[in-house]
Amino acid sequence: MTNLTQTQVRERIEKRLASRHRKEKLFRGLGIASIAFGILAVVILFSDIISKGSGAFVQTAIELEVHYDAQVLGIEKVDDESLAWANFTGVIRAALRERFPSVTGRSDKRELYSLVSSGAPFNLRDRLAANPELLGTSEKVWFAADDDVDTFVKSLKDSKEGFRGRTSEQKAGWIEQLLQSGELKKRFNTTFFTNGDSREPEQAGIRAALMGSLFTLLVTLALSFPIGVAAAIYLEEYAPKNRWTDLIEVNINNLAAVPSIVFGLLGLAIFINFFELPRSAPLVGGLVLTLMTLPTIIISSRAALKAVPPSIREAAMGMGASRMQVVFHHVLPLAMPGMLTGAIIGMAQALGETAPLLMIGMVAFIVDVPGGVTDPATVLPVQIFLWADSPERAFVERTSAAIMVLLSVLILMNTSAVMLRKKLERRW
Amino acid sequence: MQTPTLFALLLLLILVAYGTGFSRALSAARSRGGLRNLASLPSYHGLFTALWCGLPALLLLGAWLIFDDAIIRSMVMHSIADKPDTIAGQNLLYAQIQNLAAGHLVGESSPQLQSAAEHLSQLRNNSNTLQAFLSLVLAVGLGAFALLRFSPELRAREKVEKVLKAILITCACAAIFTTVGILFSVLFESLRFFQSVPVTEFLFGLHWSPQMALRADQVGSSGAFGAVPLFTGTLMVSAIAMLVAVPVGLMAAIYLAEYASKRVRNVAKPILEILAGVPTVVYGFFAALTVAPFIRDLATSMGLQASSESALAAGLVMGIMIIPFVSSLSDDVINAVPQSLRDGALGLGSTQSETVRKVVIPAALPGIVGGVLLAVSRAIGETMIVVMAAGLAANLTANPLDSVTTVTVQIVTLLVGDQEFDSPKTLAAFALGLMLFISTLVLNFIALHVVKKYREQYD
Repeated sequence: MTNLTQTQVRERIEKRLASRHRKEKLFRGLGIASIAFGILAVVILFSDIISKGSGAFVQTAIELEVHYDAQVLGIEKVDDESLAWANFTGVIRAALRERFPSVTGRSDKRELYSLVSSGAPFNLRDRLAANPELLGTSEKVWFAADDDVDTFVKSLKDSKEGFRGRTSEQKAGWIEQLLQSGELKKRFNTTFFTNGDSREPEQAGIRAALMGSLFTLLVTLALSFPIGVAAAIYLEEYAPKNRWTDLIEVNINNLAAVPSIVFGLLGLAIFINFFELPRSAPLVGGLVLTLMTLPTIIISSRAALKAVPPSIREAAMGMGASRMQVVFHHVLPLAMPGMLTGAIIGMAQALGETAPLLMIGMVAFIVDVPGGVTDPATVLPVQIFLWADSPERAFVERTSAAIMVLLSVLILMNTSAVMLRKKLERRW
Repeated sequence: MQTPTLFALLLLLILVAYGTGFSRALSAARSRGGLRNLASLPSYHGLFTALWCGLPALLLLGAWLIFDDAIIRSMVMHSIADKPDTIAGQNLLYAQIQNLAAGHLVGESSPQLQSAAEHLSQLRNNSNTLQAFLSLVLAVGLGAFALLRFSPELRAREKVEKVLKAILITCACAAIFTTVGILFSVLFESLRFFQSVPVTEFLFGLHWSPQMALRADQVGSSGAFGAVPLFTGTLMVSAIAMLVAVPVGLMAAIYLAEYASKRVRNVAKPILEILAGVPTVVYGFFAALTVAPFIRDLATSMGLQASSESALAAGLVMGIMIIPFVSSLSDDVINAVPQSLRDGALGLGSTQSETVRKVVIPAALPGIVGGVLLAVSRAIGETMIVVMAAGLAANLTANPLDSVTTVTVQIVTLLVGDQEFDSPKTLAAFALGLMLFISTLVLNFIALHVVKKYREQYD
């Protein structure tokens, strides 16, 4: 059919070879570029968060000489009732006026007073309540600076001018003075870890959200692990292959891919509207997350059960054990490490979930640290969502810092899952 | 009696029942000369008694806790002569009665409310006593009954195992209960929505503004519920996400499966998988505060108008989130292609890329398509990124630099905060949820079917 000679064929092939090799290189290059893109995304994401958030771990504080003047405070002795009425704001204002005696005029004074956080009087009250003997004496106390001051001082490092924002020329001068005399310093921000949410960035902390996350996860774990393992045992060890179990299987796989917000709608309609469980409670959050993580736990538990070799079952069966005894005495202990890794991964997913919790009202502004599963609470991801919406610039770094905390917990959980798997992995 | 105390008491009873059953079996064995003369081991006798004692009582307690509020409520409301007609009015009235009964309400209250509150607290007391009494009687009575039935010949193990198996089956059905729960809760509220807004208007209307006026005389008192802008917005964001995720994810999977050395694979794969473990709210923050301003500045420098919340920013970041999802699913199916196919192609003199493009990918195509469909369903249902970065304005636009809104964003905005459950505004969220559930369900169903069918070919 063809009347090409061998040399002609070879020529044609060689002619195309260069372009074929070019294409090969291009293809390979595209592969490398894709992986590089993915890794770059990880690097940019993490460095962006870290560079934005590392500032939140320090907080600007101002040292003031305060005089616990009984007259200014308006109290005679230190007890609960008089402390509740005492004018600590006045004491702090007096201390500020004393530090900058040259400031006169109403608006200038108001500027001056806004140097320290509006939470400072409460700190002072706690201090006096703990040390009643201080009444009438003076001492130097560090107060958290207002968030505008904090943002300004932190931005001074990057540029000479710094980010002014709402800080006036005059105020910047005072800050400069305080900085030079060492009365204004950046200190480790303990408030961030000990306080609940607040409208004031310098007083806002993640403790309430962390506790809320903890309670929610406890409920989720307590429900989803036993139910998931039981379901996996039935499906893997007992279930006959019929239409009914097929339906369950398809269902589980589908549920694993249902958008999380739909679970939120379910929680809202059933747990809140029908059963009238309390809104914003970790109990309801845990229930919703249980339904969400169940498919993950069932699927990984089944894989763990499947990995146990049939010879174990047959040996136990041969010794006269019943099916239930085979499963609970022999198969389950061997599959447990695999199930636990699956559970940890499922919990990590649940910890990072936000959307369904918005539906059941866990977005409420909650300052108090929750003490139980029915108290109103919020969780860490929702706290991040709330702070990301706040207009104050100082919340950006707090949001990033909260993200850093969340990510480190997640990384810890995932590493422990990997290590657990490595350590307990068994080759048959 | 308080429920926790009751619960603790029941647990104690169960323990006692277990111990009694166990020790009875043990003593019976001793008198007969060894455990072998019992039909079951003592621990099964213990479990048998414990199950009789505990299970019915706990079930009763659970049912009671679920239903008592609703029953008490209907009894209280029944006794009130002139009830408000609307559901909202009745809810308000009942909340008032509840507050009064709990002593939270200060100020004047009508004698009718007073008596209703008294009625309520009395009913609650009665319910509490009855609940404690019934469950304790049930536990003690059935525990005693089980002990009476005790005999060395009793096949306790089989009976215990039957119950355990029933429990296992119930747990396995949890997935079905969940699906049914989702379907009913969403469907029910959606039907109420479609009573006030016609289905055709919802599906084909071009205008979406769900704000309902509180009073009838306000401007724009009837919201518009045409969901087309939401559907197009969702599709646009998902399409952008897939444009990022599919090529990158697929090429990454091909490189890792076909080219990369084991060392590169061991490093690159876990790093890519980090992207899958990052919570979506973090991506949302990243999209809203870093990517969106960057895109806006870039567009401005090129002389284009970009809104500060754009479909492009949300889609781009969502695409990054989905990369590992696409790549690990494609990785699985590419690895499932038998080596003999590759060897054949290479033996005929094709280059490696030709082998991949002309042999491996076509062979793996159904699986890859299944994976991509799953990724699409994920993009459609993704919430936090679009809530934080895509915007709220229901624009019917094809410009990716504009802000668009999506189905999930609207569900969140309609349902966050206090709401009344019979206004079309909140019910609309459930109709949107129904659409979302059905569309992702169909996608998942097709995708899982395709993936499963394909996998079986090479097994």
